[in-house]
Amino acid sequence: MVDDFILRALAAGIGVALIAGPLGCFVVWRRMAYFGDSLAHSALLGIALGLLYGININLGTVIVCTVFALLLVWLQQRRVLATDTLLGILAHAALSIGMVALSFLNNVSFDLYSYLFGDILTVRISDLYWIYGGGLLVIGLLVFNWSSLTLMTLHEDLARAEGVNTVWANILLMLLMTIVVAVSIRIVGILLITSMLIIPAATARQLVSSPESMAIWAAVFGLIAVVAGISGSVEFDTPSGPSIVTAAAIIFALLSIVAAMRRRS
Amino acid sequence: MTELLSARQISVYRDGKTILEDVSLSIGEKDFITIIGPNGAGKSMLLKCMMGFYAPSKGEVVRRAGLKIGYVPQRLVADHTVPIRVRRFLTLRKRAPKDVLLNVARETAIEEILDHPIHVLSGGELQRVLLARALLDDPDLLVLDEPAQNLDVTGQLAFYKLIEKIYAERDVSILMVSHDLHLVMSSTREVVCLYHHICCHGEPNVVTRDPEFISLFGNDMARLMAVYNHSHDHNHNHDEASHPHDHSQSHTHEHLEKLDG
Repeated sequence: MVDDFILRALAAGIGVALIAGPLGCFVVWRRMAYFGDSLAHSALLGIALGLLYGININLGTVIVCTVFALLLVWLQQRRVLATDTLLGILAHAALSIGMVALSFLNNVSFDLYSYLFGDILTVRISDLYWIYGGGLLVIGLLVFNWSSLTLMTLHEDLARAEGVNTVWANILLMLLMTIVVAVSIRIVGILLITSMLIIPAATARQLVSSPESMAIWAAVFGLIAVVAGISGSVEFDTPSGPSIVTAAAIIFALLSIVAAMRRRS
Repeated sequence: MTELLSARQISVYRDGKTILEDVSLSIGEKDFITIIGPNGAGKSMLLKCMMGFYAPSKGEVVRRAGLKIGYVPQRLVADHTVPIRVRRFLTLRKRAPKDVLLNVARETAIEEILDHPIHVLSGGELQRVLLARALLDDPDLLVLDEPAQNLDVTGQLAFYKLIEKIYAERDVSILMVSHDLHLVMSSTREVVCLYHHICCHGEPNVVTRDPEFISLFGNDMARLMAVYNHSHDHNHNHDEASHPHDHSQSHTHEHLEKLDG
């Protein structure tokens, strides 16, 4: 007999893997890994605001991350500082402000560790609504804009010449990432969200020859990592986030060896 | 003549600098216009304004309703992290029936590489793939931004030959930015010489004798052009000889005629 909380965690993890895989392809292609990390750091401020003002934590995270992304776009347009510098400033400022805000909370039950590395015990039914609702939105927008986003990734001016609104498309990608960050916190934790985006996609890259199959295989590898990681987490009483990422890293390593051997033969 | 696309007295200012000043340019049917100019002269900006990427600070760009533009950028940096084959790249965002795709592939000599991943292609192959993509919608106007910039000399020659062939066989106008004026001389109908404003424009052999052209590119370039002009000009109209030539020019001239013969 499997416990309810494990089923909830599995359902949540599978949902996260299915969204993070395809979106992760764009993170890999467009070198947005650092952006993903920064976005996740700013999520701590969202959690703090959620707890302080009693609003839903997922909602708080989406709001803070969206503000973060728009602030970044605005600062980028001014072209005074490089993007990685801006990200460093914004991410660490948000993380620090989040920590300071959290220290004002007189809530003994608050467990920072579970937010940093994920904790499957904290997954509630309402989180599943967030994951699958947000997930459908992300997948829908991704599928609908797939060709435009892929073309823009290959050549921004070419996409523009053919009628793609590249400013809007860039903002769209950022907003999709904020949703993924918000819904992934319970499962993998703030510090490891980016790995759910990039490790499955990077694993898939070694096998495929089309952008579409990379997206599908990334979802599949993410799913395997989630199931293996959560099972391991339950079995050995390890934190869920690191367990899932460890599984994903092992799959990546195995596939890398297979791909290298195939290339040699 | 109906206008396909025209810039009417456009100016572009960025960060307190003048990129374009009062530029007017009109492209009609079956035109072949080559824009030349030094680096930083605003050539790419002019193309981008004409394609509608940016609104000019002053003036307007008028586009014929329903105009189909095919754009060929300077280069495609094929990123190995994106797995994509030529065939899929060509059909991203485009609905091309199989026979149209094959015809265009044959026209641009890429039918052999349709199933290759784009990151293994050579520079020349990539440019032909970009050209094929631009041709898929059967455009009224091809806009090319230094399309042979990153090719070696043989590659450049082959690419411009292909452009000439496409221009000859299709009902298409061409607007191109190119440094390789000597290679496109014979097919270009009009040369526009740009340095923030239009310095001079007209038929290639006229422009290369324009004092503005000479002041911008120097005497050597002008002489080089005059030579090419001549070697491509089958009328062999010798009234150039009546101009006061300096020694070096007639020298190169003779030298080239010998090579030609």
